[in-house]
Amino acid sequence: MSSADTAATAEVTEPSRVNTYLYPTMTALFLILIWEGVTRAGYVSPLILPAPSVILAVSMQKLPLLLQMGGVTALEFLLGFLLSLAVGVPLGALVVYSRPIELAFYPLLVAFQTLPKAAIAPIFIVWLGTGLTSKVLIAFSIAFFPILIDTVVGLRSAQPETIHLLRSMGGTPFQVFWYVRLPNALPAIFAGLKVASTLAVVGAIVGEFVSSDRGLGYLVLVANGELDTPMVFACVLMLTILGIVFYFLIEILEKLSVRWHVSARQGVGGH
Amino acid sequence: MSLATKSVLAPVETAAEAKTFVRIQSVDKTYSARGRALKAVDNVSLDLREGEFVSIVGPSGCGKSTLMMMVAGLVPVSAGHIVIDGKRITKPYSDVGVIFQRDALLEWRSVLNNILLQIDVRRLARRDYEAKARELLGRVGLAGFENYHPWELSGGMRQRVALCRGLIHDPAMVLLDEPFGALDALTREQMNLDLQRIWLETRKTMLFITHSIWEAIFLADRVVVMSPRPGRIASVIDIDLPRPRRLAIRETKQFGAYAAQIREQFQAFGLLNEG
Repeated sequence: MSSADTAATAEVTEPSRVNTYLYPTMTALFLILIWEGVTRAGYVSPLILPAPSVILAVSMQKLPLLLQMGGVTALEFLLGFLLSLAVGVPLGALVVYSRPIELAFYPLLVAFQTLPKAAIAPIFIVWLGTGLTSKVLIAFSIAFFPILIDTVVGLRSAQPETIHLLRSMGGTPFQVFWYVRLPNALPAIFAGLKVASTLAVVGAIVGEFVSSDRGLGYLVLVANGELDTPMVFACVLMLTILGIVFYFLIEILEKLSVRWHVSARQGVGGH
Repeated sequence: MSLATKSVLAPVETAAEAKTFVRIQSVDKTYSARGRALKAVDNVSLDLREGEFVSIVGPSGCGKSTLMMMVAGLVPVSAGHIVIDGKRITKPYSDVGVIFQRDALLEWRSVLNNILLQIDVRRLARRDYEAKARELLGRVGLAGFENYHPWELSGGMRQRVALCRGLIHDPAMVLLDEPFGALDALTREQMNLDLQRIWLETRKTMLFITHSIWEAIFLADRVVVMSPRPGRIASVIDIDLPRPRRLAIRETKQFGAYAAQIREQFQAFGLLNEG
């Protein structure tokens, strides 16, 4: 790490930033064009794989319904995600700070993680009904584990010297947490949040698949039952857009709060 | 305590000398590793006078860092006791600036805010110290770097920031644990000169841990030589060289004699073998 790499960053940043978006977009466009060509040429039945243009047309036509159902699903995974955050981070802190809690609960939490949540989703429905609550809890049960694990790892990764330093300043355990451990853990916590964000979406859909009367997962099942493949794809497209928006929201939040971290330093090895 | 009787017996002597600021009395440190007791520090007694610069030199793993941690109150002693400014150390001693080999800068704080961490944690008013932080930065050649982040600085610059952080609250004592160990030779020499200048300007009690014989002599009023584990004090050498010392002092006969004396100690421990 030398002061020389600061000067170099400015020149490297601009083209590499454009490329970050340019290359994947071009790849995607290319693949979609092939898809369109193959389906239009009649090689594949539209029942199996509708053309992208058809999916887009259906999406536009059914936009109000898709938005309405998307809103239902979004509420489910957002609440599930926020619950994961609200439980995962404090629980991670408890595990790091309390040896008894670590001994008593951590192995059980790890064991719970190996449980396939999709398999127990029906039980959640039985317990909590077919409404919002069961979906939120299924999303939570899948999404909270990476947040917990990454919080524990992040909080433990503080340098012992830094903690000694705080104590020599007369720092209290809370100050050590607030000034050192928590900010130091943020990059790891955000890594967990990103994984959790996609898992929460999966959880909400699984919940809707098992039992519901609204949401994009429900719409997929209905459309699939009617052999309306373009509508299934339109739902998937909507879900993908919701997932991407959600993911990027977290990424923006990350960029704002951990600008100092290696992964966020512009231009340093970023090309 | 036996200390009391001693001072009664020799009251004139203690009054004439500079006040003893740190008293390390028969200190042991035993760790348990893999079920065995491992003695890291063995019966160390040492006094630091107020305003004195003492270097501790010894091989890796001789317990010199542990000794410093015990003086800071960050690691408890297994036996004996340490008294600083008349108070027995049982918890972290806070009228101190500590500088480690790893600079321990917080990556998410700017240079200025890293220095002011010392002020924040102590719940002092930032506005009373901001000007001083800038002044300290200027004194170590980092004026204008206030808003940089640690990752934009070189290793030497980072350690200078750590030095400023250790001084901003005007502590009675500064503890330095191999602060320049990770720096290149040239930067290290500059840091030695800077530290000497800071010490001459502030005359704080400084305890400096190093494994460089040269560095130990160059900076210190007294060099304490420690043996390999379990760490004992092998000898204490008064360094009678005029200050401010220049780098060329290394080439003087007197400096060479001190270095030879310490080197011979190391050879006697079997640490150096010239074949």
